[in-house]
Amino acid sequence: MHAARLLVELGATLLVLSFVATQARRVGLSPIPLYLLAGLAFGSGGLVALDASADFIRTGADLGVVLLLFSLGLEYSGAELVAGLRRHAPDGVLDLLLNATPGAVAALLLGWGATGALVLAGVTAVSSSGIVAQVLTDLGRLANRETPVVLSLLVLEDVAMAAYLPVLTTVLSGIDVAGGALRVGLALAAVALILIAAVRYTGRLSTIVGGERTSDDVLVMRTLGLVLLVAGLAQQLQASAAVGAFLVGVAISGPIVQRAGDLISPLRDVFAAVFFVFFGLQLDPATIPGVVLPATALASVSLLSKVASGWLAARRAGVGRAGRRRAGVALVPRGEFSIVIAGLAVASGLPARLGALAATYVLLLACAGPVLARFIGVPRARTSSGNDNAPRP
Amino acid sequence: MDIRETSLPGIGVRYDLSTRAGGRLAVVVRRDGRYELGVYDDPRDEDLCRTVLALQDDEADALAGILGAPRILDALQELQALGGLQTEQLRLNAGSPYAGRTLGDTQARTRTGVSIVAIVREGTSIASPTPATDLVEDDVLVVVGTPDGVRDLRALLRDG
Repeated sequence: MHAARLLVELGATLLVLSFVATQARRVGLSPIPLYLLAGLAFGSGGLVALDASADFIRTGADLGVVLLLFSLGLEYSGAELVAGLRRHAPDGVLDLLLNATPGAVAALLLGWGATGALVLAGVTAVSSSGIVAQVLTDLGRLANRETPVVLSLLVLEDVAMAAYLPVLTTVLSGIDVAGGALRVGLALAAVALILIAAVRYTGRLSTIVGGERTSDDVLVMRTLGLVLLVAGLAQQLQASAAVGAFLVGVAISGPIVQRAGDLISPLRDVFAAVFFVFFGLQLDPATIPGVVLPATALASVSLLSKVASGWLAARRAGVGRAGRRRAGVALVPRGEFSIVIAGLAVASGLPARLGALAATYVLLLACAGPVLARFIGVPRARTSSGNDNAPRP
Repeated sequence: MDIRETSLPGIGVRYDLSTRAGGRLAVVVRRDGRYELGVYDDPRDEDLCRTVLALQDDEADALAGILGAPRILDALQELQALGGLQTEQLRLNAGSPYAGRTLGDTQARTRTGVSIVAIVREGTSIASPTPATDLVEDDVLVVVGTPDGVRDLRALLRDG
């Protein structure tokens, strides 16, 4: 009886999500905000209640975070991380300072204390690499001169997250300052070690996953096994499972890994959707109206601060005015990372309003960012074709 | 000529070329095997590519073939010097499933990683054939690839 209920609930949930994702794609939006809305609709106090599948969804959400971060790590090679750090470190620091501040200040104003400030700082600081890269690709901006600047900032934010998440998990676990400092130190040392290994031994690490003749099923199981194992160990060390998975992704690269990534991506998409739904499930829709105002204010301020940091970084790279505007606006969408951070906070017992605020905030910027990117920094339609061949000044 | 390489983290690599006539071109090589050609053609915004062409794998092959024809001999010598790669001449025997079909039908590069750089037919050679080039019985294909790849291609041409 229970099994039947579980299957029906899961099946219906996935069908709804597939419908939602189709609609999002049709209008050129990221499906993330719609998944969150679906979660809100399913949750307690929502339209339909999911009971039988709650445990499964909880586990699925954990898998979703791990797979999401693993494939994010796969996108980068260790060499790219090092090059990014070397060339754009000042831009990255400025970006994080500018965009962590609005979140931190908002949390203090709303009375969520230092821990809440740490959480919301993370939520507002990090752009969604997934949404941004997708928007740049869709709009045909990959060849533009401001694009490397945008992508480098994303890399730096993601690396910064690898250091931030262990700190956050330690703080959220509520141990005292001395013990906490020790744990954070250990976790960060582990992260640094894995990063160094990732940069120096990429080739050798990648052969663990398989060779050219490894069959698909073995490749998937081996990759998945490795990712889950490292993520679990990282969690044990308080370095957060997400960071472990990210680092595994960075550590391995090459054609085999590309294949492994392709094989895993459908799995990732399903469980990532489950993760966003799960976050929505935990929220009470009744709390949303109360946070719309602060969320809108926070979104507006951090929209501007993000545009500013993209603008400044592009200017430093010698990009012209229109390009600087494009770079700034491209970075506006927030998404998966903000929800990962807010998810950790809600799970460890921070106020539910904080979760609701983060969800509304992501909803706003994940929708507004791609739309703005389409219109800002783009020249008006050509009025004459006469001067197109004119020599450049 | 000045070619600059810029890393696009998470996406691939961009190459910028400036021509003597003052045109600027970007080639984006994406990690997922696709390509984009962009032209910086906005008179008011020198960072913007208005014209962007997305190329699939085989289209990029064809374009490279057209542009690369005169360079084949140089490239061959270079490849041999690199080591690990070999050039070989493979004859399309009677009974090959690809006799009478096009080069594109073999999907040789996708399936074996080997490049077919020329086809020798009745004493004349077709330099840098495109996917649309017809294959005829007794053609000799000049190929470049790893020893394994060349062996696979030999089997592919024989058995399909």
